[in-house]
Amino acid sequence: MSTFWIAVIGSSALAFGIKLAGASVPKSFLSNLRILRINTLIPVALLTALIAVNTFADKTQLVLDHRALGIAAAVTLLIAKAPFPVVVVGAAITSALAYRYI
Amino acid sequence: MSVKRDSFSVSITVGAYGSAFGAAAVAADFSVLQACLLSLLLFSGASQFAVVGVIAAGGTAINAIATSTLLGTRNGLYGLRLAPILKLRGWRRVVAAQITIDESIGVALAQKDEAEMRRGFWYTGFGVFIFWNLFTLAGALGAQAIGDPSAWGLDAAVPAAFLGLLWPRLSDRKSWVLAGFAILLALSLTPFVPAGIPIISCTLLAIIIGWRK
Repeated sequence: MSTFWIAVIGSSALAFGIKLAGASVPKSFLSNLRILRINTLIPVALLTALIAVNTFADKTQLVLDHRALGIAAAVTLLIAKAPFPVVVVGAAITSALAYRYI
Repeated sequence: MSVKRDSFSVSITVGAYGSAFGAAAVAADFSVLQACLLSLLLFSGASQFAVVGVIAAGGTAINAIATSTLLGTRNGLYGLRLAPILKLRGWRRVVAAQITIDESIGVALAQKDEAEMRRGFWYTGFGVFIFWNLFTLAGALGAQAIGDPSAWGLDAAVPAAFLGLLWPRLSDRKSWVLAGFAILLALSLTPFVPAGIPIISCTLLAIIIGWRK
């Protein structure tokens, strides 16, 4: 089985397992403040790492290319309070232009 | 009335974003079928983008699964929060579990009484599910038609999508500090360890920073 299929099926199965477990786990689990704090911070850590790697890495090499300009555009748009789709499309257009002309 | 309107506007806006996912998945060499299955079965935006992002960065399947699953743990906590209000049994619990995501919980928790909360959960959950999947298919087919992803900026759309998901979570000093360290750790590990490891390593930072109040 290919990497793609393993990733698709494995992640889907675990995602559903977690969702279903949420409805069955005893409620006292939720009162552990440390687990709650860490749980809200995990997405921040992982999303930031994903942004960094998907912008500045090519496999195991650090690179500075058209994607960096795309992300700079996304940051600018977010600061300007642009809606979600505008941010993504703005980043894509900026990156595509940089790819073509720089 | 207003719960229906809330649910619908959230469903269509968030659902439209599914096109970015479909396009990103195909740009990372997933097939149209695989992109659609992720939206149908995994159905949690950040986790889906993580699967695609880790594979696009050259990570292994195990790495993609681990990163995506860690991002999905919050859905379990949402279920915990809402279970006493939804009061579900049997197959309804299974269906509710699948549509337990940021948006269905967000709309539900914004309602005043329990009956409205239940309506908000179901309307938004189903609404996002339908639109998210339709737009995923559209995005995937679109990306398949256009060829070189870099020429269309799709390789930058992936991190931009993560940024859009991250932005509302940067609500206090602690999360900004964590984000700063995560960038440093992920990038400094990149040349030395297999792709994908730098991302999942940042979980440690969340544990360290979240350990103390």
